[in-house]
Amino acid sequence: MSDRKIDEHTGVETTGHEWDGIRELDNPLPRWWLWVMWASVAFCVVYWILMPAWPGINGYTKGLLGKSDRAEVAQDLTEFKQIRGKEAAKLTNASLEQIEADPQLQAYALALGASVFGDNCATCHGTGGAGSKGYPNLRDDVWLWGGSLEDIHHTIEVGVRSGEDGARLSQMPAFGRDQMLQPAQIDDLTEYVVHLSRRKADAAAVARASTLYQEQCAACHAPDGTGAQAMGAPNLTDAEWLYGSDREDIKAQIWNGRGGVMPTWGKRLDPETIKALTVYVHANAGGQ
Amino acid sequence: MSLWKHHGKFERHSLVLLIGILVVVAIGGLVEISPLFYLESTVEKVQGVRPYTPLELRGRDIYLREGCYVCHSQMIRPLRDEVERYGHYSLAAESMYDHPFQWGSKRTGPDLARVGGKYSDEWHKAHLIDPRAVVPESVMPPYAFLAKTDLDYHDIQQKLAAMKKVGVPYTAEQIENAEADLLAQADPFDSNGPKLKQRYGAKIAQRDFDGDPERVTEMDALVAYLQMLGTLVDFKTYKAEAPENLR
Repeated sequence: MSDRKIDEHTGVETTGHEWDGIRELDNPLPRWWLWVMWASVAFCVVYWILMPAWPGINGYTKGLLGKSDRAEVAQDLTEFKQIRGKEAAKLTNASLEQIEADPQLQAYALALGASVFGDNCATCHGTGGAGSKGYPNLRDDVWLWGGSLEDIHHTIEVGVRSGEDGARLSQMPAFGRDQMLQPAQIDDLTEYVVHLSRRKADAAAVARASTLYQEQCAACHAPDGTGAQAMGAPNLTDAEWLYGSDREDIKAQIWNGRGGVMPTWGKRLDPETIKALTVYVHANAGGQ
Repeated sequence: MSLWKHHGKFERHSLVLLIGILVVVAIGGLVEISPLFYLESTVEKVQGVRPYTPLELRGRDIYLREGCYVCHSQMIRPLRDEVERYGHYSLAAESMYDHPFQWGSKRTGPDLARVGGKYSDEWHKAHLIDPRAVVPESVMPPYAFLAKTDLDYHDIQQKLAAMKKVGVPYTAEQIENAEADLLAQADPFDSNGPKLKQRYGAKIAQRDFDGDPERVTEMDALVAYLQMLGTLVDFKTYKAEAPENLR
């Protein structure tokens, strides 16, 4: 079939195929192309030897360079710690008070805290920490579970009603939903709470609810309505309202007894990060 | 060189060429894919990873149905910045019961591989109903209908049985009680709760995920799924830098 001939015009051999008198020149591949191809093949062989490549029966060839992405990231993280330097190391041993007392260390903790806050806390508490309905405002002086360094640290570490062991826990009863009180009694209590926050309230309703409040609410919210941080029971006499301040909101809260959930961060963030976050929240949020 | 001359036979018979192509591609596939099935080092040995509960499995179906994977990956790569932001890099063991896996290939939203426990149920509900209510700069579409739609679980038993066929180690007991377990997980007062925990482990989250005790909605299922993502592996017993766990 093949009938290779030398083409008389170019001097190049033909492929020997003929289509109605037309023959195809058998030019060699461009030299550069061939070299690139053989270089690629050689590269592959070298790569197989140096890098993890071929699967076997019990494992795979690890390669002479011993490359491992997972070992590298561990190495990167260690180096990162060193870049963060002495301040980061100090954070491990210093107490929260010591961090606040040392301006340089405090500045470091605040910078780290700000970045961690943005990534983890801002989703609920807002970018500026101002919170929203159901999510506490961290910029005021009002604290549900205490605003000292230790209290803030503990809250971040264990969370609130997160379902984890040791989390801060309290539950306001759903007085209406669970039919513990009559709707009329809840209306009276609503007026009483409005009265506690030093606003104008229906005097008759306040008088009716006075005993009821002492029986049902005072155990947590205190007889004078100032609350109890040990139980996360809000102060009812200030102007700060987690679930809204108007009568509808207050009534809804007595009816449903809502309580927010804050995740447990002790399992997600390392101790140094939690310390920095504590100092950040304490400094930016009117900590006590 | 004589063998070289036979290429003419391939070029002249398309069926022979087709079979030839198939053989070559099959060799490539066998070398690249089949070792993953028999090599023990493919999936790390970890403690804590269990099959999804029926409610989580239905939540995962909703995750797929709504195309969450189009914008969210579930794969924390072993890179410093990712580990710093999202937590420990993902392990193969964490998606060994995923059919199909949800590693994803693109992030418009953040990675969700370790989102479990990072936010409260209430936050997830508010965020799914109206993402911009809690994250003003979000571009995620709202999924408010999830809270209003009753969860369809009529075929949950068959679903578990199908998962078992592709290798998820559900027991006959788990398959048989799939519906009871699904209902029990969404109701903290359900009498089947202890049995659910007996079947899937004590760490199962059993609560009313969507805050609506009257019914089981698609929101319940999806939040239950999101809240367990990346929480299973016990990293206290996992030695990330042991030679057998390095890749």
